[in-house]
Amino acid sequence: MIERSPLGRPLAHLLLIVGILIVAFPIYYTFTASTQTIQTILRPPLPLTPGSEFANNYGEALFGGIGRIGGVGVGTLLFNTTVMALGVACGKIAISILSAFAIVFFRFPLRMVFFWLIFITLMLPVEVRILPTYKVMVDLGLIDTYAGLILPLIASATATLLFRQFFMTIPGELVEAARIDAAGPMRFFRDILLPLSKTNIAALFVILFIYGWTQYLWPLLVTNNNQMNTIVIALKKMVSFADADTPWHLVMVTAILAIVPPVLVVVLMQRWFVRGLVETEK
Amino acid sequence: MPRAVFPNRILPYALLAPQVAITLVFFYWPASQALYQSTLRQDPFGLKTRFVGLENFEAVLSDPSYLNAIETTLIFSLATAALAMALALLFASAAEKVIAGKGLYRTLMIWPYAVAPAVAGLLWLFMFNPTMGTFAYILRRSGIPWDPLLDGNQAMLLVIFAAAWKQISYNFLFFVAAMQSIPRSLIEAAAIDGARSTKRFWTIVFPLIAPTTFFLLVVNTVYAFFDTFGIIDAVTAGGPAKATETLVYKVYNDGFVNLDLGGSAAQSVILMAIVIALTAIQFRYVERKVHYG
Repeated sequence: MIERSPLGRPLAHLLLIVGILIVAFPIYYTFTASTQTIQTILRPPLPLTPGSEFANNYGEALFGGIGRIGGVGVGTLLFNTTVMALGVACGKIAISILSAFAIVFFRFPLRMVFFWLIFITLMLPVEVRILPTYKVMVDLGLIDTYAGLILPLIASATATLLFRQFFMTIPGELVEAARIDAAGPMRFFRDILLPLSKTNIAALFVILFIYGWTQYLWPLLVTNNNQMNTIVIALKKMVSFADADTPWHLVMVTAILAIVPPVLVVVLMQRWFVRGLVETEK
Repeated sequence: MPRAVFPNRILPYALLAPQVAITLVFFYWPASQALYQSTLRQDPFGLKTRFVGLENFEAVLSDPSYLNAIETTLIFSLATAALAMALALLFASAAEKVIAGKGLYRTLMIWPYAVAPAVAGLLWLFMFNPTMGTFAYILRRSGIPWDPLLDGNQAMLLVIFAAAWKQISYNFLFFVAAMQSIPRSLIEAAAIDGARSTKRFWTIVFPLIAPTTFFLLVVNTVYAFFDTFGIIDAVTAGGPAKATETLVYKVYNDGFVNLDLGGSAAQSVILMAIVIALTAIQFRYVERKVHYG
């Protein structure tokens, strides 16, 4: 048994509550601001409790007749961001699981060459090669397309490595059993490998969805047309401290709308998310 | 005994094709372009391009504003990593002690992970900008001349807070997992020997979670180097007077705003070298591997 000082546990609770205040306060502050009139927002200090304009502000942002950013409504922005996040998550998982399958369960000439070809891309984020990648997008005519938003972000080895690591723990007897039963490789992939990988796929999905949703630099470069903006980019474009016309109440609403979907994904899929982040990263 | 495998000859190539194609087109092509561009220089009108060897690198590395960006990046990254890790460790060790509400605390703690860096920057700017921020108002009322839009040090503080705030959740989850993997018997043995809570933390827990701490240090540095572009652009745009211009911000600024293609490409190549070095350190000294993203 470990001795407990009488103050230890309450102190720990207190510390955690302070931590949660630090972590949650900026979001709460913005939410409060999103329920105030623009006049209240512009006259600090901001009240600490939500105001009365919730319905008005959110209604105006979501269904208001005139769009804010060059005529684009929040609905379009949310749609674009969702397409991008889902595209990045599903695309990366699909190509990675196939290539990991090939590398682990087959022996063929140049296998290690391909492995290293993919492996080298590990951790080299798109941020360090923006200009040349941008030029490639122009050459391929992918500016202002969903493919242009998604494809460069899935060119990385992380998911492949994860699946490879996991596949290597699958006993070879399973492969032998499948071969004795005359199951082909794709049958093995569909009926044995995919069901076994469910947890890994779910974990990766959450992480990659968040990754796709929160992108900034790349969508900023590859979209010129406001119709193709993601909500994060549109939000940044709305904010101008020099401009007296900035509709602050709508900025706050947009900020909350940019935060809520990924937070929901993380909180609702917490079990897989934590697992994917911590357990597989070891 | 070698692994049992499937005997197909063509199929594995077909399975690899999508990833290899995407990697070649969106990784190797641009990366080689960056290498090639970094040895070229365009005349001011973009009419002629000539080969200059390593001159771009010399120019970049002897440019005072690049050295300034290196310094800024180092200060920013180290401060962000230190702040985010220290707070996360504090909260994680508190989470180890509580029993009731553990799940709830964790749920509330992980939100900021899902907030985009640019949005995180804006949230902090809402609270601290001189026109309408409540905290800026409070600071000014208490006599502090707070204006991060004009004062470089204050701007730096603000981006560090925003960047560290976003990273607390990530570090918290890792520290909690690391502490849970410490055998109870070790802690109990120390307690029997009369070691108090603080002593146990520094002599047993802290050394045992050192691999996680080191891993997080690398990950946080990489995060502060590359993933914070959104924060910087949203909060300060590298200003005031380049006080918060990090290396990644400079690559963007020189390439897309100032259109110095050779210089920007040379900077990209230097950055790639830094990432490769950091990855190598991570692989060499920590047995933990993957960074998602």
